[in-house]
Amino acid sequence: MEPFEQHTGIAAPLIQINIDTDAIIPSREIKSVSKKGLEDGLFAEWRYLSLKTRKENPEFILNQEPYRRASLILTGENFGCGSSREHAVWALYQWGIRAIVAPSFGSIFYNNCIQNGMLPVLLKKEKIRELQIFVQLNPAVNQLTVDLKDATIIAGSDIRYSFEIEPSNQENLLQGLDAIGSTLKMMPSIEAFEENDHQTRPWVYFK
Amino acid sequence: MGLTLIEKIWQEHAIINHDDGNSLIYIDRIFLHERTGSIALKNLENANRSVRNPSHVFCTMDHIVDTFPGRGDETLMPNGKEFILATRSSAKKMGINFFDLGDPNQGIVHVVSPEQGIALPGVTLVCPDSHTCTVGGLGALGWGIGSSECEHALSTSTLIIKKPKMMKVIFDGTLPFGVTAKDLILHLIQKFGAAGGTGYAVEFSGPVVENLEIEARLTLCNMAVEFGAWTGIVAPDAKTFEYIAQRPFAPQGLAYNKALAHWENLRSDTDAQFDEILTIDCSTMAPFVTWGTSPQHAIPIDKRIPNPAGETDSSAKQSMQRALQYMDLNPGTKMKDITIDAAFIGSCTNSRLSDLRAASAVLKDRKVASGVKAICVPGSSQVKLEAEQEGLDQIFRAAGFEWRESGCSMCFFAGGESFGEQQRVITTTNRNFENRQGKRTRSHLASPETVAASAVSGKLNDAKSLGIG
Repeated sequence: MEPFEQHTGIAAPLIQINIDTDAIIPSREIKSVSKKGLEDGLFAEWRYLSLKTRKENPEFILNQEPYRRASLILTGENFGCGSSREHAVWALYQWGIRAIVAPSFGSIFYNNCIQNGMLPVLLKKEKIRELQIFVQLNPAVNQLTVDLKDATIIAGSDIRYSFEIEPSNQENLLQGLDAIGSTLKMMPSIEAFEENDHQTRPWVYFK
Repeated sequence: MGLTLIEKIWQEHAIINHDDGNSLIYIDRIFLHERTGSIALKNLENANRSVRNPSHVFCTMDHIVDTFPGRGDETLMPNGKEFILATRSSAKKMGINFFDLGDPNQGIVHVVSPEQGIALPGVTLVCPDSHTCTVGGLGALGWGIGSSECEHALSTSTLIIKKPKMMKVIFDGTLPFGVTAKDLILHLIQKFGAAGGTGYAVEFSGPVVENLEIEARLTLCNMAVEFGAWTGIVAPDAKTFEYIAQRPFAPQGLAYNKALAHWENLRSDTDAQFDEILTIDCSTMAPFVTWGTSPQHAIPIDKRIPNPAGETDSSAKQSMQRALQYMDLNPGTKMKDITIDAAFIGSCTNSRLSDLRAASAVLKDRKVASGVKAICVPGSSQVKLEAEQEGLDQIFRAAGFEWRESGCSMCFFAGGESFGEQQRVITTTNRNFENRQGKRTRSHLASPETVAASAVSGKLNDAKSLGIG
């Protein structure tokens, strides 16, 4: 996983509540047993007028200049709700998104972001509105910067908002940590737990 | 200070409690399916890692397999076979419990895990599937995860997580006849929003929940995720313990007795602290049905579609307007005046034997309205068998329903079978999202009774209006 420290880029306002993972990557766009090749299916129902010909819908924001080059998304409450498919994060990442700013996220989606070097930025609706106004004045130039070390999002010289993130999530993103590798080092504790638990809850174990 | 039920389970599974609030939690059971389990197993293989405890890992085929009689590895979904073959190959290589096509234990993961006694009170159970919270109906702590966390659980038998905030939802009063667990959860989501439970683990309680049968509790907990909650749970009781006894993977004999003594303590202490308590009086409830594209767009079936103009929150108003446009509906229309093209009974929410019995009670000696495509997909091979032994399949068929093999089927559109463009479907599933059941398909969520009554009426209707009850 790529470490995440700081990122500056064009932010696309996709202000809708409850954008679900079926919308982010429709089930039928998950065509093989692979993490790769998902960017083409990102927001497919909204992005294309025809799924077959892939003719673009000019009204969808990510098809418009300069948002075609966006690497941040500003959005509404409960982004990434619904299905657990991690493909939603993979598709966003592969398309070029590095951070998503929302008042709240679907909890599985939020965790999936942390696992993949994608920064979920929790920010109040009113502050997202301010960022949207700033961006829309001149989208190509008025880029946003997210700084994970300080947990802040910066817009020009006037706006600087801090956002909340669990220290452990912050650390994992900053370092690009492999969680499995770290946990495997705790195997003695896990085995000791099991030995003890086997006495307390023998019915849980099949052998 | 007392502990909540979830805190008790948490404490029992915490291997290490870190200073930052995270815990290393022991995972008792892992369930996989061919849609997302395949990728988790493949990633594990690619990383040269193995499944640490294969006897605690289960895998079924439900998401991609067809549900037509005589089905095989070929699917209507393009490339579906690749998922099926990959899952079969990985499952065999890793030596996990595997319920393949044709296995009597095959079925929808969240139907199979309670039915087979894999989910038990007080266990932790995860699956790369958002509806894993279903097993909360047995008093199990289950939640959905992504592929990466699934790989973590498979290779270490643990997950690193932060304890969520605690919410208690009290369903008070007495449930009127014909109102079901599905209506309860739709009512809750309608009242507090699809993000109303975000950040919380929810314990469902109160007299109405105590009176629910186990399968209804599974339905209630199934849609906790549609409420935004991390999970939902109901304290296990005598009904739960009776339900579990004799299930194939549940403890038997002395082991069952020992477990029982332990399970009887699985309830929130009277002085347990909750961060939030919500109460809903159920005494005057009517069956609910959705009109829009979020489960929060729900309404009693005897009401009219709400007007976005009356909504003060601008983003909620915008979402309502967009939903009405997608659904091709107008504010003020009576819900019962909406005509339908199709009816679907199935999914991890409502496809258990009690659901099929409830629907068949409505369908008996009645016919599906002309022009309505009606399909019933039992939740598991076991449910299908038991339903056929009772003759329910005959009632469904005589009414004009198709009777299928078990699986997730048309709960979602993976590129194979669907209801078709702009078709209006009354459905017992859990998500009425845009394009969820097919391109431009319009989904109305409801209980099995309401779906059956609508199917025979040709428009949205509840069983009571047919003189049932």
